[in-house]
Amino acid sequence: MTQQAADVTLSEMRLRTGGRFHTMPDASETPSFLSPIGNALKRQVWIVQDYTLLAVQSVKSAFSPPQYWKDTLEQMDQIGVGSLPIIAISSIFIGGVMVINTASQFQRFGMTALTGDAVSLALVRELGPTITAILVAGRNASGIASELGSMVVTEQVDAMRALGTDPVRKLVTPRVIAMVAMMPLLVAVADFLGLVGGFLVSYFTLRLGPVQFWTRAINALAFGDLVQGFTKPAIFALIISTIACFQGLRVRGGTQGVGRATTSAVVVSSVLVLVVDFFLTRLLLFIFQ
Amino acid sequence: MISDAPRPAPAARDTEAVPDEPLIAFKGVHIGFDEGDVLRGISFEVWPGETKVLLGESGAGKTLILKLADGLLRPTAGQIWVTGRNLGEMPERELLDFRRRIGFVFQEGALFDSMTVAENVSFRLHEENVNEQEIETRVHEALRFVELEDTVGKFPSELSGGMRRRVSIARALVDRPPLVFYDSPTAGLDPVTSQTIITLILRGRDAQGVTSLLATQRVQDAFGLANFRLDSKTGRVVPLGNHHGNGRDRRDAGSFSPARNLSPVAPPTNILVLRDGQIYFEGAADELLRSSDEYLKKFLASAE
Repeated sequence: MTQQAADVTLSEMRLRTGGRFHTMPDASETPSFLSPIGNALKRQVWIVQDYTLLAVQSVKSAFSPPQYWKDTLEQMDQIGVGSLPIIAISSIFIGGVMVINTASQFQRFGMTALTGDAVSLALVRELGPTITAILVAGRNASGIASELGSMVVTEQVDAMRALGTDPVRKLVTPRVIAMVAMMPLLVAVADFLGLVGGFLVSYFTLRLGPVQFWTRAINALAFGDLVQGFTKPAIFALIISTIACFQGLRVRGGTQGVGRATTSAVVVSSVLVLVVDFFLTRLLLFIFQ
Repeated sequence: MISDAPRPAPAARDTEAVPDEPLIAFKGVHIGFDEGDVLRGISFEVWPGETKVLLGESGAGKTLILKLADGLLRPTAGQIWVTGRNLGEMPERELLDFRRRIGFVFQEGALFDSMTVAENVSFRLHEENVNEQEIETRVHEALRFVELEDTVGKFPSELSGGMRRRVSIARALVDRPPLVFYDSPTAGLDPVTSQTIITLILRGRDAQGVTSLLATQRVQDAFGLANFRLDSKTGRVVPLGNHHGNGRDRRDAGSFSPARNLSPVAPPTNILVLRDGQIYFEGAADELLRSSDEYLKKFLASAE
């Protein structure tokens, strides 16, 4: 992407296209049976381009004034504190169910002492970040998309622009900063409570002592695992927040459009988290092993 | 009413019109969407102090013209000059600064529903880092102007449709912009509330010298603005041609009808009728009244 392209804001993209996220096919083009396919592909490319520009603009805005710290703190509270109960409950049970599933295998080989290792590695490297991201996407991506979408259909976003305020800076950047800051903290809580859940099940079903479980769980972790475990949530947060804001800001068609945007925000961000997770894991394992 | 005392408002600086230039100039403006061109070759001018009323059926492109004039949309062809600047050459970053000097009243008010009335009205002032004491004074002035001082702490959802429009007018005028766009400010309101809104616009025009572009479907709005003025001595809205409000009583001042005599002392209110994406009529209210065109008569009939 050129510097010039990166400087274009979402608002400008919408301006260029008369408020729509795609341009009309040139009337002078000779229509062919392939043109609908071509137009459909072009639209997809434009959507990706618009998303990329929004994501770049939202990150760039974090490093230049004006910044909306009050909005950012409010979003941190909504995303971080608000998501804590579901993250806590889910991670305890995920840790517990992991032990139930692995216990029978470890018992067959008389290696139940390795339970702490298995739970710890799986949670910190993979399940903690991924499950937390999916839960945060379900709870917050939908909220962000519907909130911004409602603002679009009631012209509040246009009103903001008419009052001289950049909606990307005011609405998107605080949500991105808040989610990127909160997600690693939520993952830390999820990892710890997952281990607590795993320990409780190990203690009551495998009769594994606390010292044995916790010592092995902690010793199993290397520096690379922690880097992996806390890099992923930051990147997942970036994906979820920008996708949610993008879906919200491109709403068309009133309340139905808001509903569609909400669904898309959750589905697209969840799927993208899983796809990116695969490549990120490969990359991080390559770096740290 | 908002005080007329001079105030170092940033609004006054960049939007000051060069006297011999129009404040707004549309030159062959087109805009289109997937369905085709909505506006086709729109050209008109708005001069400092003028009120231009855009009349037209639903979907005629009135709102588009306002959004184009505010730089919220870009035309597919043609040029738009506002306060001597070509909007087509301004990137969004510059447009944001530019828009701070223009007021915009949206059709449904477009108030921020998560903010109180006071926060809505003071939004622009907070963005400009005006000190809190000054903000409080100006918010109260603006809300007093629209007679909604007691709604300071309420949320937009607690207000009626007419009250929301009035708050929106207060938000648009709080920084004393010399140019204000009104997008169907009376749409969906009962006649009495509509009249209150038009009176507010009229008072803003005459007390503050605001140049405005007003889109409406209601011909009564156009004639209300064209035929009445604010009497600065009495603070009352009176019919034009009667400086002291002696000729007509208070009831007259409140009943807008096309059947009024126009006067050369009128603040220049001109009407522009849109049809099929083009300008169908442009002229003064009395010219519209005298027109024998069938389509224009439809609009006049709607005011009877």
